[in-house]
Amino acid sequence: MGRKILLEHIDKPGIDQIESYIKYGGYRSVSKALKEMTPDEVTEEVKKSGLRGRGGAGFATGLKWSFLDKSTDKPRYLLCNADESEPGTFKDRLLMEKIPHLLIEGMITSSYALGCNTSYIYIRGEYMFILRILQKAIAEAYAKGFLGKNILGSGFNLDLYVHPGAGAYICGEETALIESLEGKRGNPRIKPPFPAVSGLWNCPTIVNNVESIAAVVSIVNEGGDEYAKTGIGKSTGTKLISASGNINKPGVYEIEMGVPVEEFIYSDEYCGGIKNGLELKACVPGGSSVPILPKHHLLYESNGNPRLMSYESLSEGGFATGSMLGSGGFIVYDEKQCIVRNTWNFARFYHHESCGQCSPCREGTGWMERVLHNIEYGHGKMEDIDLLWDIQRKIEGNTICPLGDAAAWPVAAAIRHFRHEFEYHVKYRNRVFDEDHVYQPEMKAQLV
Amino acid sequence: MLKVTIDDISIEVPPGTTILQAARMIGQNVPPAMCYYSKLEGSGGKCRTCLVKVTKGSEKDPRPMPKLVASCRTGVMDGMEVRNETSPEVIDARKGVTEFLLINHPLDCPVCDQAGECKLQDLSYEHGLAKSRYEFKRREFEKRDIGDKIQLHMNRCILCYRCTQVADQLTPERVHGVLNRGEVSEISTYIEQAVDNDFSGNMIDVCPVGALTDKTFRFKSRVWFTKPMLAHRECTTCSGKVTLWFQGSEVLRVTTRKDKWNEAEAFICNDCRFEKKKTEDWTIDGPAHIDTHSVIAQNHLPFELPVVQKNLPDAL
Ligand SMILES: Cc1cc2nc3c(=O)[nH]c(=O)nc-3n(C[C@H](O)[C@H](O)[C@H](O)COP(=O)(O)O)c2cc1C
Ligand code: SF4
Ligand code: SF4
Ligand code: FES
Repeated sequence: MGRKILLEHIDKPGIDQIESYIKYGGYRSVSKALKEMTPDEVTEEVKKSGLRGRGGAGFATGLKWSFLDKSTDKPRYLLCNADESEPGTFKDRLLMEKIPHLLIEGMITSSYALGCNTSYIYIRGEYMFILRILQKAIAEAYAKGFLGKNILGSGFNLDLYVHPGAGAYICGEETALIESLEGKRGNPRIKPPFPAVSGLWNCPTIVNNVESIAAVVSIVNEGGDEYAKTGIGKSTGTKLISASGNINKPGVYEIEMGVPVEEFIYSDEYCGGIKNGLELKACVPGGSSVPILPKHHLLYESNGNPRLMSYESLSEGGFATGSMLGSGGFIVYDEKQCIVRNTWNFARFYHHESCGQCSPCREGTGWMERVLHNIEYGHGKMEDIDLLWDIQRKIEGNTICPLGDAAAWPVAAAIRHFRHEFEYHVKYRNRVFDEDHVYQPEMKAQLV
Repeated sequence: MLKVTIDDISIEVPPGTTILQAARMIGQNVPPAMCYYSKLEGSGGKCRTCLVKVTKGSEKDPRPMPKLVASCRTGVMDGMEVRNETSPEVIDARKGVTEFLLINHPLDCPVCDQAGECKLQDLSYEHGLAKSRYEFKRREFEKRDIGDKIQLHMNRCILCYRCTQVADQLTPERVHGVLNRGEVSEISTYIEQAVDNDFSGNMIDVCPVGALTDKTFRFKSRVWFTKPMLAHRECTTCSGKVTLWFQGSEVLRVTTRKDKWNEAEAFICNDCRFEKKKTEDWTIDGPAHIDTHSVIAQNHLPFELPVVQKNLPDAL
């Protein structure tokens, strides 16, 4: 059994209520930080912990915090990104639903470190029921004196609000989130300036994922060095993985960074192997935006070593043979799944979610979706495959925010690793699927 | 002062200058700008036609930038080196952006009032493909009047956001913005309300394409058959400095005066633009300069002739 840091107490009765939460050691980090540590000491521990942002980009949290502009007397803000809308990712939900106080505790401790007196949790509109859970927990924290004026007699004040979005994936991008929180259309801002210098209402702002903020609690409790002992290399601590697809045990798993991918898929502690005794075909290891990998690249690095669940190992080999840990949305495909159909489905999502500000993403996402739809439904031409490659290439890197890249990468990776499936769709347009749209394993053989 | 080198030409610029502004100061190899508008705060960054490659970040940090950057929104650093037209990567990306801007465009230039002074025409002439690779139905919207003087032809819009910035920044109330998301975004007034204020007509002039047109000029003439003259009048609302577009002795259209970068020198009021269409309303200052680059120039050789003559010996 791996070490559990975030979900250790998830099964304890009444853990969503403050009394139980405190009974199991909750809110210790608040009294420790506020009474025994300076804000900079808290930041220092987060730096030492090596914690990397759990929202997708994996940027070092302590380093990000140190960019916060403290030279002005403007207010500073901490925003928790609970927009969680990446297909395949559903871990923040579990955390907030079951242990809401862990996030609130993390928000208090982190706000103290950053010198924020007003902080927000921006939650996706579809999580309205969780918003109520959080609001109830926040009210409990106010009643116990963990929020409000002069917290635990330390002189530190903090107000915490939950704000719902209206159901747009793009509002998870940190600057779109800020715009949305300001009451505007959720268009990403053009950077620089970065939020740490000019964010919410043009004040210095830090945006962090739910899981990143929750991890701060144990970093403060046990110390950054201790936290960093779990994990491997520059991937310290534990990571919540949302496992879905054709596996026996879908769900959210807390893993120590460094578990081999093979173990994660096949061991009974985690996914429990592929469903219905079928073969593993491919996997999107970090949420819909990251490149899909075929089995051999998924299980082994380019040097033949087993691939591990960590930032470094999953990205080993670059996009040629690797992928990314991303937000930890681990989607597994068995041998019967159709890669073209899956790629079309993702493309449809990005087409629907593009904010439309910049031309390559606004126009390119729709174009890719239509071409993929044609191929999938037997109207494709061989040139369409190269056309798709060309479109994704012209979107990637040329947009305002990373949604453009996120739309381009899955298409690129599918063509890179599964070009034969696209070709098969064009060549044998009537034969691709049986009735319930299942991939025909013999098709590869027919092509070569 | 900061030194920046664009396509091997160096210039010193004050801090806060963007790469695009520096290129405009140099005056050659200037990236095309479909959304940036120096007079509108927060404009730029959206169309991506002005992408350039920064091969050296600065003297202090000489690392190249990992991606192409929007020159209109990227500030110059001392010692920066930039490639625009000398970078195949930039030209390739610009071709891509041009194609993206055109896939849903109706290509109805023959019936569009903007034809001849349309920046999308210029862009596709320079960076477009001869043939469209897009095989699908283009997106369509209904034509709509916004007020009695302006028509919105959303099919032609490239979503540069300039008009919404005019609405935000020049007029007392926010009157229109962008509805919906992604490919189906549209410029819209709030619940079909008319745009009605003293400066709303300027959105016609900032629009790089024929999405916003002057209803008092609609279909009266092709712009290249009209002759532009600078003129002014005493106006209490605006500077009163305009360009009149004549056909014979008749004023067909009044617009702002445009500078070299096709930007309004000063915004004008709706009274000057829509109501003063008699020659007697104005004092004529002389012919307006027309960029030889533009299609309108085809009918205006007399203004360019001296230049042509000057270069004649070289050409021979
Ligand atoms: C299109 C898009 C959607 C995103 N959605 C989320 C999200 O739902 N949750 C999240 O935490 N980060 C999301 N991000 C990443 C955020 O921009 C930001 O990097 C992150 O919240 C930073 O937190 P971290 O450093 O703790 O990871 C998204 C980014 C993009 C480009
Ligand atoms: S990349 Fe897409 S989502 Fe991001 S700003 Fe551009 S249009 Fe909007
Ligand atoms: S209507 Fe014209 S000015 Fe307004 S966004 Fe569209 S192209 Fe730009
Ligand atoms: S002019 Fe720079 S992005 Fe449009």
